[in-house]
Amino acid sequence: MCATLIRLCTCLGLLLLSFSSFAAIEVHEFDNDVDRQRYQTFIDEMRCPKCQNQNLAGTNSPIAEDLRRELVFMIKDGKSDKEIVDFMVERYGEFILYRPRLSPATLLLWGAPVFLLVFGVIMLLLIVRKRRRLDVAVDAGLSSTERERLASLLNPPSNKETAKNADKKSKQEKQ
Amino acid sequence: MNKQRLFLFIPLAIFVLLGVLFWRGLSLDPNEMPSALLNKPVPAFDLPVLPAPENPQGLVSANQDMLKGKVSLLNVWATWCTTCRQEHEFLNTLKAQGILIYGINYKDNAEDAQRWLAELHNPYVFSVVDEEGRLGLNLGVFGAPETYVIDKQGVIRYKHIGDVNQNVWTKVLDPIIKELQTQ
Repeated sequence: MCATLIRLCTCLGLLLLSFSSFAAIEVHEFDNDVDRQRYQTFIDEMRCPKCQNQNLAGTNSPIAEDLRRELVFMIKDGKSDKEIVDFMVERYGEFILYRPRLSPATLLLWGAPVFLLVFGVIMLLLIVRKRRRLDVAVDAGLSSTERERLASLLNPPSNKETAKNADKKSKQEKQ
Repeated sequence: MNKQRLFLFIPLAIFVLLGVLFWRGLSLDPNEMPSALLNKPVPAFDLPVLPAPENPQGLVSANQDMLKGKVSLLNVWATWCTTCRQEHEFLNTLKAQGILIYGINYKDNAEDAQRWLAELHNPYVFSVVDEEGRLGLNLGVFGAPETYVIDKQGVIRYKHIGDVNQNVWTKVLDPIIKELQTQ
């Protein structure tokens, strides 16, 4: 039983896994790990202008090759991240960035998750408060006589007696 | 109407909103991107000119300043590009009408390119050889053919992606060029 469960979980887990494909096959040598890491981040986060749903790392299209080569040049030139991003945006527009920059046009995009989260939390709090008030109202709704009756119903004086009474009642009803 | 009941229409409202958005999305062309270089000068370059008998005498290399003076088209082409072949004939007719067309031979083999011009006629004033595609990259080219409208000051005024044909010419490019010529 346990083994099947584990197997099932593993299968499900594998189903949800996805590996990004890397078609970039050229070899670029970098002097240090930081530059290599920067290059990797750039090709992961920049979109191929020709093949629109792939990043620069994931395609062999000639334009992506050119852009990767240009990235290597710029990184080796010691250009800053901002300069490199500006260079790309100047030529291919904001479109090339998979991670859009914060600007009036993308404010909604960046703001929506925060807004929705805050909205959700507020709604949740309101609902919880409303429920609590309802519960209180139900509690207060019982008068003292009702409470006594409730107590007698919940804790009958003797079970046998009530059983007998119930028997009698049902017999009477049958007759 | 009960106030609570109105809330039941929220899903419908969301559905309608999304429906409108998606319906609109269907009719948009994802390839249509505004050129980032619009209203900016042609990026600086200094590239060899593709040898052709129609070239200006003794022209070996060209730079961005040579595009100034008259309104012109800057056409990115290559022999490996099938759509370029389709549009080539129309470019020839444009040349016959007296339109100045400069070519960028983009990431191509120079011999193939020369043969292509000899066989299919040469509509270009001259073509520069952009073998590595760096001028193309500076222009924001991501495929061929692409055609830019350049004004008298050498500033990019319009970018057309895809082939230039009669339809595009009469509807889009010709009016733009006519207007620029009056300036």
